[in-house]
Amino acid sequence: MYAVQCEGLKKTFKKKKEVRALDGVTFSIPTHEIFGIVGPNGSGKSTLIRILSTLLIPDHGYARVFGYDVVREYGKVRPLINRVSVDAAFFKGISAWENLRYAARLYGMGSRDAKQRVLEILPKLGFSESRFYEPLEDLSRGMQQKVAIARAFFTSPMLLLLDEPTTGLDPRSKRDVQQFVRTSMAHNRLTVVLTTHDMHEAQSLCDRVAIIMNGRFVAVARPHELLHRYRESNLEDVFLKVSGHEWQEVEYET
Amino acid sequence: MRLRAQVYGSIAFVERNFALIKRYVGWELVFLSYNIVNALAIGLIGATTGKEMMLYLIVGAMVWGFLSILFHEISESIAWERWEGTIEYTFMAPIHRFTHLIGNCLHAVAYGVVRSTLILIIVVFFFNISIHNANLLGLVIILVVSGLSFVGLGLVAAILPLLSTEKGVYATHIFEAVLLLISGVYYEIDVLPAWIRPLSYISPATYTLRAMRAALLDGASMQQLLPTILLLLGVGFVLVPVGMFIFREAEYYAKKTGKLKRSG
Repeated sequence: MYAVQCEGLKKTFKKKKEVRALDGVTFSIPTHEIFGIVGPNGSGKSTLIRILSTLLIPDHGYARVFGYDVVREYGKVRPLINRVSVDAAFFKGISAWENLRYAARLYGMGSRDAKQRVLEILPKLGFSESRFYEPLEDLSRGMQQKVAIARAFFTSPMLLLLDEPTTGLDPRSKRDVQQFVRTSMAHNRLTVVLTTHDMHEAQSLCDRVAIIMNGRFVAVARPHELLHRYRESNLEDVFLKVSGHEWQEVEYET
Repeated sequence: MRLRAQVYGSIAFVERNFALIKRYVGWELVFLSYNIVNALAIGLIGATTGKEMMLYLIVGAMVWGFLSILFHEISESIAWERWEGTIEYTFMAPIHRFTHLIGNCLHAVAYGVVRSTLILIIVVFFFNISIHNANLLGLVIILVVSGLSFVGLGLVAAILPLLSTEKGVYATHIFEAVLLLISGVYYEIDVLPAWIRPLSYISPATYTLRAMRAALLDGASMQQLLPTILLLLGVGFVLVPVGMFIFREAEYYAKKTGKLKRSG
């Protein structure tokens, strides 16, 4: 059983000029795998995550989550997934608890169950309970992102879509989040799609990594296989070989 | 999807919106004060030409206050989600769009009733209005059935901020202003230029205001109000599903063109 199957996915946005975000992406992710997608901004990572989140309809091809088509059977896909995006989208004027209670109700959870579950998760992310009732606008970006991660995990999804969850976090928060993902993988039947700019994160967290450039997967393999295949010691150099661009150069461009 | 989950889903929007009101309670007091003063000022303008005109204008101010709250709360709930960037999370949650929109409508009705009742109490005391001759049951029924129509209009208007956050909000305000102009809120529609008048006949607020005035000022019986009640009920039963349908179509279009992102 595959958690994710994508075949020939294409997506073009028509703005001032046509932007081809995905150009025939095909891949599968078996259950209980962390699948990393690395690439510069504008390479198609978030477009792919949005398609899998049922928020975007591809022009061509299909995407299935646990066998369900994300366009035609979105009602069956949604209870199985959750997502963390790079910007912690919340109602910033109200507290972490009020935001999480809102999310819990959307997933059919009662207030008491939700609180219990959240209070189990947040301390593991290094989030103090004392900040739980403060407006989110009073919390740091790292704290807000931890609440976003708790929001994604406490609904017990089978597929978690992490779209650059650690971008912009301080090193300690980044470590807390990475450790939490590892621990959760060990204790749950969870599958994760992780997009990241952090090559070290991709190398240390992911079972397999895809390098995406201009809407195409240019390499997909286990991290050590990529290193071996391209005779390099780290993924940044692999990226350079595969794409012809320095990783740092790509990061600055974005 | 189980019914319990859908009920929880609807409660989510009511609870969240009231949490936001609590957070910005200062602004709520500002807007409430402004609405009270507005209703009183309009009533005082009417008082200069007699009690009948005063009541005529107060009914206009009160009814418009209630209907515009419904319209606003529903259409702006989508705009607010777009500003905060939470719309994607709401849309990927396992609830029906009907549950989502009904949740917002329930909040709008509850909020509108509370605010309008507060204003009504103050206006009644301020002008020492006697309503012993009014058909109060008729008033409530008209308000409820016309609320349905405005929920439908709010749903139609909600697609505008869904498709374009900023421009959509501009457009909903213009839409609301046109409704105010054409619906005979502070004057009979007969005084409107002939070329605008056809629009008055398709605005549900026109019929609501006429019936409210008849019930409150003339004590019109239920039998006399029945044709308007049925008309408003019919309009509501058409507009709400039409609003839902158009919203779903707009959602599909937004998902096809990638307009759900915060940046639009």
